[in-house]
Amino acid sequence: MPDSSKRRLSYAQAVREGLDQAMERDPNVIVIGEGVPDPKTIFNTTAGLREKYGAKRVFDMSLAENGVTGICIGAALSGIRPVMVHQRIDFALLAMDQLVNNAAKWHYMFDGKASVPLVVRMIVGRGWGQGPQHSQSLQSMFAQVPGLKVVMPATAYDAKGMLMAAIEDDNPVIFIEHRWLHHITDAVPEKEYRVPLDRAKVLHQGTDVTVAAFSYMTMEALQAARALASQSVGVEVIDMRSVRPLDIGTVAASVRKTGRLLVADTAFKTGSIAAELISQVVESEFASLKSAPKRVASPDHPTPTSHFMANEYYPDPITIADVVLELAGIERDKIDYPRLQWELRRDGPLDVPNRNFSGPF
Amino acid sequence: MTQTNSLALLHAMLRIRRIEEALAVRYAEQEMRCPMHLCIGQEAIAVGTCAVLSANDVVFGNHRAHGHYLAKGGSLNALVAELYGRSTGCCGGRGGSMHLIDLDAGFLGSTPIVGGTVPLAVGAAWAATLKNENRVSVVFFGDGCFEEGVMHESLNFAALHRLPIIFVCENNEYSVYTRLSERQPERPIYRLAEAHGMASYTGDGNDVEEVLTIAGTAINLARQGNGPQFIELHTYRWREHCGPNFDDDLNYRCETEIENGLKDCPIARFATKLKQSMPTIGAEVERFEAEIREEIALAFDFVLSSPKPSIEDARTGIYA
Repeated sequence: MPDSSKRRLSYAQAVREGLDQAMERDPNVIVIGEGVPDPKTIFNTTAGLREKYGAKRVFDMSLAENGVTGICIGAALSGIRPVMVHQRIDFALLAMDQLVNNAAKWHYMFDGKASVPLVVRMIVGRGWGQGPQHSQSLQSMFAQVPGLKVVMPATAYDAKGMLMAAIEDDNPVIFIEHRWLHHITDAVPEKEYRVPLDRAKVLHQGTDVTVAAFSYMTMEALQAARALASQSVGVEVIDMRSVRPLDIGTVAASVRKTGRLLVADTAFKTGSIAAELISQVVESEFASLKSAPKRVASPDHPTPTSHFMANEYYPDPITIADVVLELAGIERDKIDYPRLQWELRRDGPLDVPNRNFSGPF
Repeated sequence: MTQTNSLALLHAMLRIRRIEEALAVRYAEQEMRCPMHLCIGQEAIAVGTCAVLSANDVVFGNHRAHGHYLAKGGSLNALVAELYGRSTGCCGGRGGSMHLIDLDAGFLGSTPIVGGTVPLAVGAAWAATLKNENRVSVVFFGDGCFEEGVMHESLNFAALHRLPIIFVCENNEYSVYTRLSERQPERPIYRLAEAHGMASYTGDGNDVEEVLTIAGTAINLARQGNGPQFIELHTYRWREHCGPNFDDDLNYRCETEIENGLKDCPIARFATKLKQSMPTIGAEVERFEAEIREEIALAFDFVLSSPKPSIEDARTGIYA
C-alpha cells in the first residue's frame, strides 16, 4: 500500500481531485466553463468529470461570461454551488458587473438574507506569446471589492485543499491559478482535506529578509532563498496564498524578526496587492523595519507577445536575490555572486514553464 | 374569471397605486432619503403576472420594483421601513427602494443595474431544473434592458437549456428621458426574443385581464417543461423616472402623449369594465379604499416607531 503522505500530484491533478471529491460529497456542486468537458478539459483540471457526474452537473458554457456569471449567482442563491472556470483571468473582465455588483454585494445589501456560494476559477497565463490579453494577473482588481474572497494557491497541496474549502464556503471566492504552476508536483494526500482561505504559510525559514510572495512568484522566491541559504543569507519565504483577506499577522511576525520586506507579485506593480501589503506592514510594523520595503513585480506596461521582448519582461529568481542582497546591505563582492547566478540560471527557452520545480513544499 | 378573482386583481392594483401615492406625498418630508422609482400607471403587469404564480414560484425585479414586490406578496411594513432606512426594512436599511427582497414571499431580489437580475432569474430557473423542483422563475425588466448584452446572453442560455423562466418586458417607451426610438431600431422587442428560440407574446400591459391571460398561458407552458417564455407588455410611466413628482414641465413628452397615457389607466379601465357586470362595484372600491388607507397608515406608524440603524450595523455581514 503506498504511503499517502508521499503521493505526488501535479497542481492540475490536485485541482481535478479537489473538484472530484467536492462533487462526490455534495450533489449540488456543478462545474461550468468554456471547455470544461472538451478534449483538453481546462489543462486536464476537469478530466473525467463529465463521464463521472454527467451532463447535468458538468457543463460547457455559452461564450457569455457576464450572463453566465449572473446565472451561476442565481443558481447559487437557489441551493446550487457552482464552480465556474475561465481559461484566462482576462476573460473574467467581461463578468465584472455580475461579480462586483451582485456576487460581492448580495449578502451585505440584503442584510444577510441570502448568500452566494460561488467559486470562480481564473487562470493567469504566461509564456509562448500569451501577450497583452492572455497573461494579465488581475488579483488586486478583485481584492479591492469587499464581499469577494480572493485566493492564489501556489502549491498542489494548497490547490486541492483551498479549492475544497472554497467550494464549501458560503461566499463568492475568486480562485486564481497561475498557468505555470499547473505542472508542478507536490505531496498531495488522497483523502479530503481543507486549507483555510485566509492564512499565509512560511515555506522557508530565514532571519535576514522576509519575502512575501504571491502565486507563481513563491516558486521563484523559494529558488532564490535556497541559493542564498547556501551563502549564509537567510531568506524567509512566505507563500501568501490569500489575497483577500491578506494575512498581515504572518508577515508582520516575520518582519519583526528580519526587519526587511520584499513582496514578490505576479501583477503590474502600480496598484498591486504587493503595494497594499507593504502599506499595511508599514502602518503596523514601521518600528521593526530596518529599510524601506521593496516590490518585485511586472513592469507597468502590457505584456508584449514576442519572446524577444517577453523574456526580459518577467522578474526571475535572480531579480529577487538581487533585491534581497540590496535590502540586507550585502555587497555582491562579499559573497560568491557568480555561483549564485549560476545556481539561479535557467537553461533553455524562457517562454515556457520551468520544469525544474517540484515539491514537496 | 370569477367575480372574486376580478375583485382581487382590482384590489391588488389599487393597493399598489395608493401605497405609491402615499410614498410620493410623504417623500417631500425628506425622511425617505433614497432614490425611488414609482410604477404608478404600470400596476397591471406585476399584478396580472403574479396572480398566476404559485407561492413557491420566484420573482426578480428591477429598479422600479415596488409593484413587483407587493404583487408577489412582499411585506408592506418591510418595504416602507426600507425606504425610511430603518432597521426593520427588508434590507435593514442597506438597500433602500432599489433593493427589495422578501424570501418568504418568493421575491428573491431587485437591483438597479439595468439587466442585473435577468441572469439571476435564469439561474434560479436553472437551479429548479437541476434540483428537479417544480417552480418557475419570473423576471421583470424594462425596454432599456433589451439594449444590454446580458439580456441576450440570458435569453440564449435559457433557450439552450429550456429553462422554466418567464421574461416579462415592461415597455414604457422610456429610459429616463430618452425615448425608445433614440435607443433601438424600429422592430418589436418580442420578435428578438422569438429569434432566440422561445415562445414570445406581446400585449396591452394596461389591460390586466390580457396580462393575466398571456401570463397564464406562458407560465403554464414553462411549468410543463416547454422552456422559456417571453412577454412584451406595453405600458406608460406616469411620473418622473426617479422621484415622487410629475415632470411634464421638462417637455420631453408631448401633451397629447401624456394625456393619452393617463387616460389609459389600468385601474380605471378595469373598474369601468367590471361595472358592466357588477353594478355594485363602486361600493366594493370604497371598501377597498378604506382598507388600504388603514393598512398604509399602520405601515407608516410601524416604520416611524422602528429603530434606526447605526454605523455599527453597517460594519457587519460583509461575508456569510
